Amino acid sequence: MKALVSLIAVLLLVLIAYAGVAAANLRFLFGVIIPYAAFLMFVVGMIVRVLKWGSSPVPFRIPSTCGQQKSLPWIKHSKLENPSGALGVIGRMALEVLFFRSLFRNLKTQLNGGGNIAYGEAKWLWLAGMAFHWSFLIILFRHMRFFIEKIPAAVQLAEGLDSFLQIGAPLLYLTDVVLILAVTYLFIRRIGMPQVRYISLIADYFPLFLILGIAVSGVLMRYFYKTDIVSVKVLAMGLISFKPAVPAETIGVIFYIHLFLLSVLFAYFPMSKLVHMGGVFLSPTRNMANNNRMKRHVNPWNYPVHVHTYEEYENDFRDKMKNAGIPVEKE
Amino acid sequence: MAKLPKPEELSKIDFTPPPSDWMDTPVVFKEGMFCHGSKPKSLEIVGFPNPRDWRPADADWKLPENWKEIILEGIADRLQKYRSFRLFMDICVRCGACADKCHFFIGTGDPKNMPVLRAELIRSVYRKEFTTAGKILGKMAGARELNLDVLKEWWYYFYQCTECRRCSIFCPYGIDQAEITIIGRELLNLLGLNIEWIAGPASNCYMKGNHLGLEPHTIVGNLEYMLDDIETVTGKRIKPTFNRKGAEILFVTPSGDLFADPGTYTAMGYMMLFEELGLDYTWSTYASEGGNFGFFTTNELAKRLNSKIYAEAKRLGVKFVIGGECGHMWRVLNQYMDTWNGPADFLEVPKSPITGTVFENAKSTKMIHVVEFTADLIKNGKLKLDPRRNDHLKVTWHDSCNTARGMGLLDEPRYVLKSVVNNFYEMPEDTIREKTFCCGSGSGLNASEDTELRMKGGLPRANAVKFVKEHYGVNMLANICAIDRATLPPLMDYWVPGVKVTGLHELVANALVMKGEKERTTDLRGEPLPGIQAKEEKA
Repeated sequence: MKALVSLIAVLLLVLIAYAGVAAANLRFLFGVIIPYAAFLMFVVGMIVRVLKWGSSPVPFRIPSTCGQQKSLPWIKHSKLENPSGALGVIGRMALEVLFFRSLFRNLKTQLNGGGNIAYGEAKWLWLAGMAFHWSFLIILFRHMRFFIEKIPAAVQLAEGLDSFLQIGAPLLYLTDVVLILAVTYLFIRRIGMPQVRYISLIADYFPLFLILGIAVSGVLMRYFYKTDIVSVKVLAMGLISFKPAVPAETIGVIFYIHLFLLSVLFAYFPMSKLVHMGGVFLSPTRNMANNNRMKRHVNPWNYPVHVHTYEEYENDFRDKMKNAGIPVEKE
Repeated sequence: MAKLPKPEELSKIDFTPPPSDWMDTPVVFKEGMFCHGSKPKSLEIVGFPNPRDWRPADADWKLPENWKEIILEGIADRLQKYRSFRLFMDICVRCGACADKCHFFIGTGDPKNMPVLRAELIRSVYRKEFTTAGKILGKMAGARELNLDVLKEWWYYFYQCTECRRCSIFCPYGIDQAEITIIGRELLNLLGLNIEWIAGPASNCYMKGNHLGLEPHTIVGNLEYMLDDIETVTGKRIKPTFNRKGAEILFVTPSGDLFADPGTYTAMGYMMLFEELGLDYTWSTYASEGGNFGFFTTNELAKRLNSKIYAEAKRLGVKFVIGGECGHMWRVLNQYMDTWNGPADFLEVPKSPITGTVFENAKSTKMIHVVEFTADLIKNGKLKLDPRRNDHLKVTWHDSCNTARGMGLLDEPRYVLKSVVNNFYEMPEDTIREKTFCCGSGSGLNASEDTELRMKGGLPRANAVKFVKEHYGVNMLANICAIDRATLPPLMDYWVPGVKVTGLHELVANALVMKGEKERTTDLRGEPLPGIQAKEEKA
């Protein structure tokens, strides 16, 4: 049901872009104004979000330790899983951000007959997550060709590697396929696993469909409904240099669908769970060293508290203490 | 009290989620799955708000009229104080990686025990009250109103989480349910909604220095009994000191070890070890608690209880502090103490008077773990050990949640263990070290009225023990946590009968060959040592 609502929402967005351009001919709105507005919402929204997180202090140093602490010199310290300093933290965060270290740890817990519990490998979520995020990143990077007059060598290299299979014309990009497969897997997993379906919100299905919509419209545009790519580049160059012109009539409606869905993604990003992109860097259980006993961590809002002092304690128990032979301050 | 079902019954777990959406599935309070509500006296002693007589199962919780306002202000306040809280409210993608990592979920099948959903219980209210999308879109955005049912659901499930952090190591963003439970419980405490099993010990600790409420003379008396037993076993009379000024070291351990076995054997172990070393140390009756049940109520009370350790170290003029075997105690000492009550600039960087080793890893806090201390002694050959005395035991090792995931004390205890026993077998790798399972009763849930919950939550741990029992004949579960020593014995009796529970220093003391001791015929528990019986029979 929630998945259906999300799917309908995305289809509606497609329809809006289609009607807006094919019927109402609002090319400037969909080609310039909405992308600008979306980008602005993304940038401002993310800044606000990160500032909000940043404005709350980290009162305690609370890393989740996933390996041996640094203690006695002859005990092998797990520098990356339980870092004791900045270098280790950087390493740990790099593993986390680039390779999803924690997700790689994933296990499947199963109850077998006779009440026995078994733990098995469960790397599919990790694999799909990696495939999805990395292919998305590469695709974004490939799109740089539209925003820079002379296509940089790095972008050309990425394009070359991405299409090394040399299939079809234009050449098939591997990341296009991987992205669509990965998103589809994430969706099937979400509805297929009863527990995951149970926790899923509309806000979990919507971005999946949205991203799938962006990918599919891009693929359609590249491989099937070809559009005037030269004019698209003119439009993109106009946008990036803040000299936007009314987009050429030769740009097909499929492009506007693609661009509109992307705009929605950008605008939606800062108010959704997608902010994990920035949040992961700030997570105190990961980005702190486990060196509390070596280096004092200061809580900016630490305040004096009422304690039961030794003096009060002795007053309560002086006689009993003396009878038990325990030394006291006041006889 | 609800009758505890048989293990065969309890191990039938239904993982099918209910047909209705979780927001439309009201909480049902099931006997055996929750603890008694806090008594007014326990809250009054520590000055907590809204003390009253109330019962969790009652419809009327006698809440203050403006309770909703109090909670929402409480959330707003904590969003500003804790980046962890604010971040964890925003960034979860509900991937579900944490779901089957929680011992309570594995043991109950209740979807609200999936860490992700336990967090959503509070996140949904956060969305409704603190985000624009939630305010406008409501349920569409996963938001819901805070009402009495929601509050009850919070109470039920935040006291079905032991803050063990196992979920947090699997989360791609490090979202830590312990952090959310800690804050959830703080909010509930604003309304006087604690459980007595936490509130009672916390107030005891505040007034009397320890959770069990042992008064100074009782502490001395309890240790005397242990000293008698030590004399029976070793022929040596030990004379520990209390509240002694000028001692080099203050020793602080959880009070559970002064009270009931098998913890008492661990305490005997400490005293025998320190005696053998001639260590210049003292016990304190004022700082007679290493654990901190305040940590299961509010950050503030945790700090208030913890303050006694440094205060006493200062008053007695010791050089540094050694802490005993305990789990959450070490989470607190490792990650909170120095921040709350430091800097401990009146102490010195811990240096073992026996080996000269300087504990650089504790140079600021000035408090070391007794296992670090002992591991160093053994490595430097300072102890004469006869591990054969533990040959009647086949031992496995339980990593406590807090020392594993809030510290990383993993290989020190294994080194000590391997030095004092000959038969050591690890449990399956996905159930030990950072992936260790909770005993099912941590964070103050080790009461008796919630035994069903504890047995369910302890199932994954027990199951791993069962594995090594069946494969290697393991009969002893060793650990470094006072709550484990209290809660694992009934858990073993229930799921894996025949496996006993021990602290590490009990095994150390069994193996420790002391100067001038008589020939030992029994271990600390009075059970005949291996070989002895045979010898006697021959004679």
